[in-house]
Amino acid sequence: MLLVIFSFLAATAIAAALLCITRKSPIASAVWLVVTMASLAGLFLLLGSQFLAVIQILLYAGAIMVLFLFVIMLLNLGTAPSDIARPAVWIPAVVLAVVLGVELLTLQVYTPERLAFELTRAAELTEPSLVFPGGAAALAATEKSGVIGALAEPLFTQWLIPFELTSVLLLAAIVGAVVIAKRKV
Amino acid sequence: MLLGPALAVSAILFAIGVLGVLIRRNAIVVFMCVELMLNAVNLTLVAFSQVHGVSGQIFVFFVMTVAAAEAAVGLAIILAIFRHVRSVDLTHINLLNG
Repeated sequence: MLLVIFSFLAATAIAAALLCITRKSPIASAVWLVVTMASLAGLFLLLGSQFLAVIQILLYAGAIMVLFLFVIMLLNLGTAPSDIARPAVWIPAVVLAVVLGVELLTLQVYTPERLAFELTRAAELTEPSLVFPGGAAALAATEKSGVIGALAEPLFTQWLIPFELTSVLLLAAIVGAVVIAKRKV
Repeated sequence: MLLGPALAVSAILFAIGVLGVLIRRNAIVVFMCVELMLNAVNLTLVAFSQVHGVSGQIFVFFVMTVAAAEAAVGLAIILAIFRHVRSVDLTHINLLNG
């Protein structure tokens, strides 16, 4: 059952992504990208990170895509002519992307079992959970302090400095965006 | 566990994002394809966080914030360029093309 839902969401995400890069109008592209993001949020749910699924909808499908739609509207690009490159450009591009995709797909042979095997230099394939205790620890933390608690605890202890730096980055981005988009500085 | 299928989806989405960057000439659509690639990588991180613990999810959190900052600044740059060139077609933006 889980696999059926997963396949459905995955197929939706891939189909919407393909439509996103082939639609003529930027608005249609943006809407198809929202569909991709929403199905990715569903995949996050299935992979056991409920918090990120919600954030994905809020931040990507909500905030970032509204920003995109706003700029498309401001620049009045709704009826722009087709901007897909001519065949001399896109045929090599498709070949390149397919090669990249196949390359990334072949990386799948590098499973956690194999990684655990190579790290421990054991005689035979080992159970990855013995080598990587993190997964089981995360499950235990979720049992103990809930989905958000399990994520918040390391975020505000182990990752506190990166977290604070992110706020500085966001401030810099806000100021930068205002200054760049202003007519006269 | 669904690790393998998730990685496959992520690889395909990343390749689609690269394809979009290569074939589109509208700067905003190219930008959306970059977001698509970031999302594909997020899916990988979330999938691996099942095995390696919660750090992967925290990293996704940071990637999302950086993506938001990047979108804000990038779209401001596109707006500024549009005022100069009156177009968002990347083939018209060739000021540095000696």
